[in-house]
Amino acid sequence: MVRTSSDGIVISPIKNGTVIDHITPGEGLTVLRILGIRDGTHVTVIVASNVTSSRGGRKDMVKIENREILKDEVDKIALVAPDATISIIRNFKVSDKKPVEVPQRIVGVIKCPNPNCITNTKEPVQSKFVVHPRGFRCQYCDSLISSEMDIGDYI
Amino acid sequence: MTHEQKNILSVRDMGREEIDKLLCSAAAFDRGNYTGHELDGKLLAVLFFEPSTRTRMSFSSAMMRLGGKILNLGSVEATSITKGETLSDTIRVISGYCDAIVLRHPKEGAARLAGEVASVPVINGGDGAGQHPSQTLLDLFTIRESMPIENIDVGLQGDLRYGRTVHSLAFALSKYNNIRLHTIAPDGLNFPKFIKEDLQDVGVELIVHDHIEDALPELDVLYVTRLQRERFPDPVAFANYASTYRITPELLELAKPSMIVLHPLPRVDEIDPAVDDLPCAKYFEQAHNGVPIRMAMLNEVIN
Ligand SMILES: [Zn+2]
Repeated sequence: MVRTSSDGIVISPIKNGTVIDHITPGEGLTVLRILGIRDGTHVTVIVASNVTSSRGGRKDMVKIENREILKDEVDKIALVAPDATISIIRNFKVSDKKPVEVPQRIVGVIKCPNPNCITNTKEPVQSKFVVHPRGFRCQYCDSLISSEMDIGDYI
Repeated sequence: MTHEQKNILSVRDMGREEIDKLLCSAAAFDRGNYTGHELDGKLLAVLFFEPSTRTRMSFSSAMMRLGGKILNLGSVEATSITKGETLSDTIRVISGYCDAIVLRHPKEGAARLAGEVASVPVINGGDGAGQHPSQTLLDLFTIRESMPIENIDVGLQGDLRYGRTVHSLAFALSKYNNIRLHTIAPDGLNFPKFIKEDLQDVGVELIVHDHIEDALPELDVLYVTRLQRERFPDPVAFANYASTYRITPELLELAKPSMIVLHPLPRVDEIDPAVDDLPCAKYFEQAHNGVPIRMAMLNEVIN
């Protein structure tokens, strides 16, 4: 049960868990951060970075064993990797595919980059961002996280 | 949560009709067309979490001229805020004491948060470097007293990077037909990129000038903003800029006779006091217009 990807990297399949494929190159580690997987977490993870994509170009890929990711995690991943495909694996088979789409309104996920924004205080308020042609706009202070900024820094 | 009440939080939220309605009503108040009983028995809570004497006094004056009364927060030090109460809780509680709230707060977005939790209308009296709609409305009102807001060239001079009044004025003007904005700013203090892009999105024609002399002959309005010394890397750069761009009667000879000069006061050295007596100097009228515009805002949200 070992598959060889087109450029020769060996990526083992997982029995149960989640496969996140077609991640924007370089964002694989951001995806792990979004999922709260970091040093000291006891989860088996396989990360492939900058591998050749079957669709052409490069991509990152993440496989997580024994964890099925949740809807709100999918929404967060959508922000850094809008083209990702997410498959839930049960007993080596894809049992569910979760569509990735960037929501129009993002509540409580992104931290406003403006340190003086009311959402960055102890007020009981969740950040609210709306999708804007050039990024994401804070509904409180109007700050823009532009597409040129690394949105992963604010998740 | 449903909020039926009207808030005035940002000029960005307001449509052209809504703005024009407020300007018309301000014009009527300015001509003395009011009984002084419009807001009889109504209470306005004036919550200023940072000092701004003029904004506070002009809102108070406006409320009292319409027959209403004022509840003042008092000094912030003496309130529960210093005991760690959140703004949300303060607003919820004070909503129960009054018919409307004017909020001035050092954090951007504070007014929008207040608008979400309050059970009475909230007017933004300035939040951090964010929005200050009453200033923008009085700027528009002052222009409108001199000329129709249409097919005009407006020069914006000074600190366009950090100056919030000039950002929201630019957005407000973008709602009117055929407005050209001319920017005149020192290196590093022109509009931030996102403001430029936002203005371009709404179809504003932006013309950048290096020298005020190039812009002056085209302008119908020159809006000068205060320069803060601390924005300049060194005192020489500041002195150099301040002398190059200072508005003097000699410089104004380049302008159309009908051009008006505005400044959201207080000024430092940007305008020579010798300009004050010229017919183009409208900045003191602009400051006085703070009262009728705030009467219009209060009457709109409370009545
Ligand atoms: Zn914000």
